[in-house]
Amino acid sequence: MNYVDFLLWVRGPAFQIATAIFIFGLSWRLLEILSLSRKPELAVVRERGIAGGFRTIFRRFLPVDDNTFQRSAFIITAGYIFHLGFFIILLLFVPHILFFREFFGFSWPGLPTPVIGIITIMTLLALIALLINRMRHPVLRFLSGFEDYFVWIVTFLPVLTGYMAFHHFFHYPLMLALHILSVELLMIVFPFTKLMHTFTWFISRWYTGSRAAQKGVQV
Amino acid sequence: MSTPQTIYESLHHQGFSRRDFLKFCGISATIMGLSPSMIPRIAKALENTPKKSVIWLSFQECTGCTESLIRAHAPTIEGLIFDHISLDYHHTLQAASGRAAEQARENAMKEHHGDYLLVVDGSIPMGNPGYSTSAGISSLDMLKEVASGAGAIIAIGTCAAYGGLPHAAPNPTGAVSVEELITNKPLINIPGCPPIPAVIAGVISYIVTFGQLPKRDSLKRPITFFGQNIHDRCYRRSFYDQGLFANSFDDEGAKKGWCLYKLGCKGPVTYNACATTKWNENVSFPIEAGHGCLGCSEPHFWDAGHFYQALSVPTREIVGTAGYALAAGAAVGVASAMLNKKKKVDATKNHETVTIHDLERTSS
Amino acid sequence: MSTASFERGYNAFKEKIDAPIASYFSSCVHCGMCAQACMFFTETGDPKYTPIYKLEPMRKVWEQEYTLLGKLKALLGISQKLTDAELAEWQELIYGSCTLCGRCSMVCPVGNDLAYMIHKAREGIAAAGHAPKGLIDATKRAVIIGSAMGVKLATLQAQIKHTEHNTGIRIPLDEPGVDYLVILSALEVVNFPEYLEALAKIMKQADKTWTLSSIAFEATNPGLQIGVSDIAKELVSRVINVAEELGVSTVISPECGHAYTAIRWEGPNLIGRSFSFKVQHILEVLDELREQGKLKTEGFEKARLTFHDPCQLIRRGGVIEQPRHLLKMVATHFVEMEDPGKMNWCCGGGGGLVTQEESEELRTKAFNRKKTQLDALEVDTLVTACSNCRIVLEEGFEAYEMEMPVVGLTEMVAEHLVESEV
Repeated sequence: MNYVDFLLWVRGPAFQIATAIFIFGLSWRLLEILSLSRKPELAVVRERGIAGGFRTIFRRFLPVDDNTFQRSAFIITAGYIFHLGFFIILLLFVPHILFFREFFGFSWPGLPTPVIGIITIMTLLALIALLINRMRHPVLRFLSGFEDYFVWIVTFLPVLTGYMAFHHFFHYPLMLALHILSVELLMIVFPFTKLMHTFTWFISRWYTGSRAAQKGVQV
Repeated sequence: MSTPQTIYESLHHQGFSRRDFLKFCGISATIMGLSPSMIPRIAKALENTPKKSVIWLSFQECTGCTESLIRAHAPTIEGLIFDHISLDYHHTLQAASGRAAEQARENAMKEHHGDYLLVVDGSIPMGNPGYSTSAGISSLDMLKEVASGAGAIIAIGTCAAYGGLPHAAPNPTGAVSVEELITNKPLINIPGCPPIPAVIAGVISYIVTFGQLPKRDSLKRPITFFGQNIHDRCYRRSFYDQGLFANSFDDEGAKKGWCLYKLGCKGPVTYNACATTKWNENVSFPIEAGHGCLGCSEPHFWDAGHFYQALSVPTREIVGTAGYALAAGAAVGVASAMLNKKKKVDATKNHETVTIHDLERTSS
Repeated sequence: MSTASFERGYNAFKEKIDAPIASYFSSCVHCGMCAQACMFFTETGDPKYTPIYKLEPMRKVWEQEYTLLGKLKALLGISQKLTDAELAEWQELIYGSCTLCGRCSMVCPVGNDLAYMIHKAREGIAAAGHAPKGLIDATKRAVIIGSAMGVKLATLQAQIKHTEHNTGIRIPLDEPGVDYLVILSALEVVNFPEYLEALAKIMKQADKTWTLSSIAFEATNPGLQIGVSDIAKELVSRVINVAEELGVSTVISPECGHAYTAIRWEGPNLIGRSFSFKVQHILEVLDELREQGKLKTEGFEKARLTFHDPCQLIRRGGVIEQPRHLLKMVATHFVEMEDPGKMNWCCGGGGGLVTQEESEELRTKAFNRKKTQLDALEVDTLVTACSNCRIVLEEGFEAYEMEMPVVGLTEMVAEHLVESEV
């Protein structure tokens, strides 16, 4: 298999397989979670939970108060840089938009490429900092297992290979193929790891926020 | 056939002076991608090198490669090249026809056994030998026969090098490249649809001059001409770096000459000399003419995604795949949900009311 | 005779795991922020007190019982089955170092309600027989004697007599058709009788009818704290039955955080229906009376004071503004603590922790958080609205040799009632 075969395989069959596993896993796992359902609240509520649920979905984007921010300033800041960076790269880099246009049938304007480049560097640095923090912080080191490091790697690789491909490090078609392959790896492991939080965070926030709102507490 | 002259003799015979000859050596160095310091070595080689016998076989092809070569912008160069080879067989160019033509081929094969250069354009059909024949001989048999006595093989054009257009899905003739059939001979690919004439000339010059194949890459292409990425050498590259793209062939971006990535340019994954050597007397190349690179010199170029779809778009249909996957996932999810529901109902059934007498283990 | 067993515990986990819990476990990325919200971690630095880690046994059950992937992992031997030894080991984490204060639930970036999960996890550990001894004993007393502290009706009656003597106000017992059924924390009967006095005065001024019950005078519910729904239900039913028999319109929950949660929020869900009466915390009642102009006070507290927010009342109960309104009514030098209201730090003794002798040392360590908060304020008096908090705060002050009165808000309000109208 030469690099052209490899590139065509990752752009073709492999991407199809990865998409299938990704979507398959997502719909399976989400149904598995939601179908467990919860009992209705029988107490007389102070307000209906729906608004509270949505409020918490948005409210939780920011730390609840200064003290909370100060106590976790590093992880919040680095976490924000990484998450925002990752999604900016994913959604606003022109070649990526072209991919989404193919999938969704519509597109949106992208960011100038040098801006994406800078954001990518920041994202990579934030990810590395978060990894070092995970290995050194007593709580994180204590909590972290194989999966925590594994999902870090599969998240880091697409950003790194994407950056290398964009800058034509080594051999572009090979780098591009490795980039797409790393994305496929991410997609394949996604539904079966804690990467699922990407799709469950708002469900969690909704559950917590709606029940708290029923009790009259905005969380 | 007369005793072959050396190239110098042949040129001299045509009225070229020594000065012209050295000039020719300089031009040869340039087209072979060699430094001027190599000129004396080239001159020495050409003075002593007999004209090389070349047999050119055409299989499933369109003659575009030949067209490219003979329409070359600098006829002197290509003319000179033909002066230092002896083209003993070429369907399109030879005067002889029928039995006489085949006789010329057979003679050349006999006379220069083990030394002649075999040039192939076109792919070979493996589905049915009758798809492509000449003089009643199938392409496969012809290739095997001629290749067996060749000193080296040049696969010219993407069809010969990688299968090309005939190889495009669903490949009805079962087309294959030369490389897939002949593995025991030195082989070089000069892909392109068609290849750049100067590149063909340069490679032939090199082989004739130095008696060996130039350095090749993993796809057996001469590195001198295929070592660089079109995208890396493209004069529109800065627009890509700035994120300035043409969105259609007639929008403002297209008029301003912005990057054609969005319109499906395959430059980033194509290795060829187009962006530097250019075509038609260095006039232009496809991107300069306003059209994205098709990647014609790469394997599978017909099947490497839509010509007008960006490189970042998957080459296979994924929306439908996602639909099926969604349904299959939902089925598994529902099955799991049902198992879970049953488990929870059972757990509720198995629940024994916990009283204050059940809070500790009774010692047995 | 039945007994606690691992199987019953495991079964309880299976019963209690629901969609929120599945979503919470799926969402956790081990960011560690919950540890920073937990006083048991912040004051000890020991990572095992990280809230999400306390849920490891429950996570295992969820993964292996309610996800196909977890079943596969277990089948392949990648993940280990939950063991009885683990449950025993986790007692210290699920009970001994968690007050169910829910502060962690406020900071989790993915919105996990960790306190909700820990409460559910207690069901499993309790049914497996690994609840702490102190809490088991309190639960037994509550069921058998009628009060977690072992307070009997006779004690209450003595207290009633005493209060009537002090105030000259008759304390009604078992009176039907009144506005309010008042339930008490046993601590208010034994340690803080001022509460009953205050209540009598306030009711008189507001011209409200009320009663205590000889059957259901106790509001605290260790069944809830130990995590046994069956017992919690039995205990809360006593109040519900009496309230419905007497036909009161409102039950007033006392100055006790979890008692409020037990009847106001858990009660209907425990018995599976809504009530025919309303449930209000005493502070809600007082604030309502204030709004209606039926609570008239005079004079102000001179001391610089602050308010300790009881977790179950504020963060988990939604009674947040009422204490502030009432404090401003009777105090001029009221200052808020750092992290006030729904973000306040727990006293360290909630969730039944106060019943566990073995957790005392840790509790004292954790109390340093409260001490730090208070030291920064330089206040003279600490007001709260939970007798359990009050006891724990007093214990903490003793341990750290701090001198500061801890006052119940209801009695502070009662002290400022306009005399002529009492």
